[in-house]
Amino acid sequence: MTALKSAPETAFDADTSPKHPDHLPLRRVLSRTFFLRPTFFLGLAVVVMFAVYVLLGSYTVTIPDFFTIVINHLTGGEKIPGASFIVMEHKLPRAVVGTMIGVAFGLAGALFQTMLRNPLASPDIIGISYGASAAAVTAIVIFGASGAVVSGAALGGALGVAAIIYAISRGGSGAGGGSRGNAAGNRLILAGVGIAAALHAVVNFLMTRADIRTAADALIWLNGSLNSATWDRAGVLAVSLLVLVPAVIALAGPLRILELGDDAAAGLGIRVNAARLGLVLTAVALAAVATAAAGPVAFVAFLAGPISRRIVRKPSLPASALTGALIVLLADFFASNIAPVILDGTVLPVGVITGALGAPFLLWLLVTSNRKEA
Amino acid sequence: MAILNAKDLTLQYEQRKVVEGLSTEIPEGKVTMIVGANACGKSTLLRGLSRLLKPAGGAVTLDGKDIHTRPARELARTLGLLPQHPTAPDGITVRDLVGRGRYPHQGFFRSWSVADDAAVQRALEATDTFGLAERSIDELSGGQRQRVWIAMALAQETDVLLLDEPTTYLDLAHQVEVLDLVTDLNRSRGTTVAIVLHDLNLAARYADHVIAMKGGRIVAEGPAIDVVTEELVFNVFGLESRVVPDPISGTPLIVPIGRHHASPVSTNELEIAS
Repeated sequence: MTALKSAPETAFDADTSPKHPDHLPLRRVLSRTFFLRPTFFLGLAVVVMFAVYVLLGSYTVTIPDFFTIVINHLTGGEKIPGASFIVMEHKLPRAVVGTMIGVAFGLAGALFQTMLRNPLASPDIIGISYGASAAAVTAIVIFGASGAVVSGAALGGALGVAAIIYAISRGGSGAGGGSRGNAAGNRLILAGVGIAAALHAVVNFLMTRADIRTAADALIWLNGSLNSATWDRAGVLAVSLLVLVPAVIALAGPLRILELGDDAAAGLGIRVNAARLGLVLTAVALAAVATAAAGPVAFVAFLAGPISRRIVRKPSLPASALTGALIVLLADFFASNIAPVILDGTVLPVGVITGALGAPFLLWLLVTSNRKEA
Repeated sequence: MAILNAKDLTLQYEQRKVVEGLSTEIPEGKVTMIVGANACGKSTLLRGLSRLLKPAGGAVTLDGKDIHTRPARELARTLGLLPQHPTAPDGITVRDLVGRGRYPHQGFFRSWSVADDAAVQRALEATDTFGLAERSIDELSGGQRQRVWIAMALAQETDVLLLDEPTTYLDLAHQVEVLDLVTDLNRSRGTTVAIVLHDLNLAARYADHVIAMKGGRIVAEGPAIDVVTEELVFNVFGLESRVVPDPISGTPLIVPIGRHHASPVSTNELEIAS
């Protein structure tokens, strides 16, 4: 036995300092700034896209005019006829709401995908967006609701469906005999897909019963659209994000440990069920407020994570949030400025673009990632 | 130091009792091996000891305090666990993974520190994975990967470390390597180690203390030389065997008899003996 205790003995001796005392922290700092760089550029891209969105397009505003408009608006100064209205009441709130729902969808998707260790597990796939849709369409078609009532119904629908999915995935699990931590996660995805299918049928049923004009309203909402973006709505979103983003920051640490599997996480001092419940609530709330504000903009939550991962070369919540914002701004800019040129003046809802571009992009991601692994 | 104690412990999944009325103590500063046939409740016992499973009856205490009433993070600074199937996030580097073992030592406002770097460094060196530190986990072999997971558990720097079948899927050389490593840890730091192990011979070789289980109960415990006998092997595993001294360590070595390869001399001896 004496032969066993040679070299590593000193390694555990607390008095022996590591061989390279200041070499390690330096490397950490370097690697941090290195990884920060792509995220920084992603942030820059969002700012540039925001500027392009507000300044260019079917109505162009110069940069000096833009600042004059904003400053005069805030100080109550003189307005530029036409331009002031378009920027302050149309373009700017639309860009702000678009950015915020992008951030919310991006975070919600990345939280679910990381927590359940499955890229399919974004809120738009596992039925949460469908819950919002079904509730909103019910409100529009049956109760003739519009505006804030529809948003409220969507919020309630998303939270309600999330609660049902969570209950189903927990029910009858009891940790089972097997110690595999992933079982609960897979059950949650399957329950969500099942609920999504059922709610899809509900939405279709309601649409066939509705008269043509109500159905058109409902359809625009279902596609996801920034048409109803106002400062009021931006304010509600901003307050929601002020609560939810700090929650995400607080949960990011436990999330990193949950990635190692439930058992390993428990061994490292995570209260697995409490942490997972907190993450589910936060992610659902993010998806719900974004859906309530603009409808279920297809694939943003689903794609933000995988795309940001390609850009910064590691899973990252901030990068995912920024990518979500970038996707929404780009897609809506295309939908409202470029699509009309191609389609004889038809302005599309943003969800049509994210849906049309999202699906093939997803397939491309799947094909290339499979090839890499093979 | 820390004493892990189970008293009148009953563990169950749903309505199925797996461990019932079990009392034992993991001896401090020693290597304990928990052995038994498949489905005897040995992994379940380890889950109960490590807070993964809440007891249906009885209690598990660490230094006299119930492990379920202590804050999870504080407990994780004293009691570490390496589960059977941990999952590595895609593309994670060895250093990053080992660093996550420091989680219980970090607070909400106290993030990564020099002490954490030093602990990771020690864990990497002890497991001989320093050279792999910047590699991605996906590129490593099974044996290397298991060393990295052990490094993560070491970085946690707990007084008690529980390991659930740490040698599964490893070839014999890597099994020995992992158990040598755990012994190093025990000898140099005095860490109390409890391991669920399938291989009875390796368990007998490396254990200071053996806990043999059958049907959710402990049938024998003590030093391997006292516990691992032909009667026990038959009782616990239903296997006819000869137990001889291990030519290397002198610990009990189980030689199974089986139905096909016994020479007439040895079977006769066995019949006379029984």
